[in-house]
Amino acid sequence: MTVDLRSLYQEIIVDHNRRPRNFREIPGADRTANGDNPLCGDRLTVYVNVRGGMIRDIGFTGNGCAISTASASLMTEALLGKTEQEAAALFEKFHDMVAGPERGAGGSIGKLEALAGVREFPVRVKCATLPWHTVRTALNTPGRTASTE
Amino acid sequence: MNRNSALRADASIRTVPGLSRARGDFPILARKVHGKPLVYLDNAATTQKPRAVTAAIRRYYDTSNANVHRGVHALSDRATQAYEEARGRVARFLNAREDREIVFVRGATEGINLVAQTYGRVHLQAGDEVLITGMEHHSNIVPWQMACDRAGARLVVAPVDVSGELDLAAYERMLSPRTRMAAVTHVSNALGTVNPVREMIGMAHSRGVPVLVDGAQATPHTPVDVRALGCDFYVFSGHKLYGPTGIGVLYGKAEHLEAMPPYQGGGDMILRVTFEKTTYNAVPWKFEAGTPNVGGAVGLRAAIDYLDAIGLGAVSAHEGELLAYATEEVGKIPGVRVVGTAREKAGILSFVVEGVHPHDIGTILDHEGVAIRAGHHCAMPLMDRLGLPGTARASFGLYNTPAEVDLLAAGIRKAREVFR
Repeated sequence: MTVDLRSLYQEIIVDHNRRPRNFREIPGADRTANGDNPLCGDRLTVYVNVRGGMIRDIGFTGNGCAISTASASLMTEALLGKTEQEAAALFEKFHDMVAGPERGAGGSIGKLEALAGVREFPVRVKCATLPWHTVRTALNTPGRTASTE
Repeated sequence: MNRNSALRADASIRTVPGLSRARGDFPILARKVHGKPLVYLDNAATTQKPRAVTAAIRRYYDTSNANVHRGVHALSDRATQAYEEARGRVARFLNAREDREIVFVRGATEGINLVAQTYGRVHLQAGDEVLITGMEHHSNIVPWQMACDRAGARLVVAPVDVSGELDLAAYERMLSPRTRMAAVTHVSNALGTVNPVREMIGMAHSRGVPVLVDGAQATPHTPVDVRALGCDFYVFSGHKLYGPTGIGVLYGKAEHLEAMPPYQGGGDMILRVTFEKTTYNAVPWKFEAGTPNVGGAVGLRAAIDYLDAIGLGAVSAHEGELLAYATEEVGKIPGVRVVGTAREKAGILSFVVEGVHPHDIGTILDHEGVAIRAGHHCAMPLMDRLGLPGTARASFGLYNTPAEVDLLAAGIRKAREVFR
């Protein structure tokens, strides 16, 4: 495999694609939203329970490519236990990492950095950001559908 | 010599001389992608253009460009001639009875919209039905949905089986006394299935139902004779036929075109305009409002001339060999399932790989220089029917080679390694 391809499909991505974490519906979740990438057909639903401004439980279901599935999986791990403000800040950092004007801007965001390689694959950036757009919709305007278009 | 190399040698033997040289006619095929030689297997999306086409377009703009049908000056006359000669060339290509049965449009999509909005507007009423099939491209679904919505008519869908073949008996049953139009694809863009359109047209006509055939995926692969088919309308796109984008064709039987109201209003489609009343131009110009895509028509004509010189029969045979070889080579990779196993197929190999999403296959193949399409192929209802979010699709053109099929197969094996 060429070096830049491995930068996209890191072991952690392959692993989270094969065994996505928090891949489950949360019946009666406080907030849910659907995410839709009409160009490629990726679809997911994000479920969030918020108590006292903190994300107490989070899960997702759906069908997508390895990048969107791994991104959703890593996202749920990263957001569990965060406040809504922290989630919003992380959204911005993640977005900057994969699509911002400057590589490496925004500081460290832990395991999520496995997705940094996406920025070299412009057509796949939306795959990585779809789960984040969806969780932001769930938190801000639950019931709406987030779209990459 | 093992079986594969025998097949490869065989394919090169059967390739007609014109075809083995054809690759050199396409400058883009010499370029590299991600440092690898380009293997272009996305021909069902659009084909590459031979020099003959780009040169004809350039020659037109360099020597003959002017507006058509209105100037008294020499260039306008030449441009008009070039445009109308292109129409005549298309008429011969499809074996239409008359040149005026050829309407230039932007592409197959616009051709279908034109018919849905003009013929459909006149003939569709509340309770009527339009019959399509379960393997249509969105462009042969949505225009009819729109026409049906406006009229209070119903869209009826003839089912497709899991192999990607139309249920012909169900199609015949679904032609009801309320059916006002049948709109069917000649070749499925997602699976490559060739529909028995001649039979389907016969069934419809015996019940007085006119038929539109979407030929976007058929014209690049097989000779089409609209008179032998007997279809009422036939549409195709120039860019899938080695011609330029932005030009396509609607063939319509003269009696239908005569009776249909105009599509868009504007210049060129009129004989006389007053603020009280406008008299429309004759067919086909009645449907060609505004300055047409003259350069596109010239390019399409050059593409048809180019294809004709090679021979669509030879192209069809060559692509058939490639498809058979690719079906075997890709199909035998562990974890790969070929989607669409109809008895009659043309130029398209759709497949899924266990544990690897089509988009990831597409990205990994792209890094090997291999261009394919991944996704729903603008046929979401068909994907739903097959229970798939999408497929990876390799589609062949006249310039593809068995060696490129080998690179495709090697790329798929690599994708499996990444996700092991």
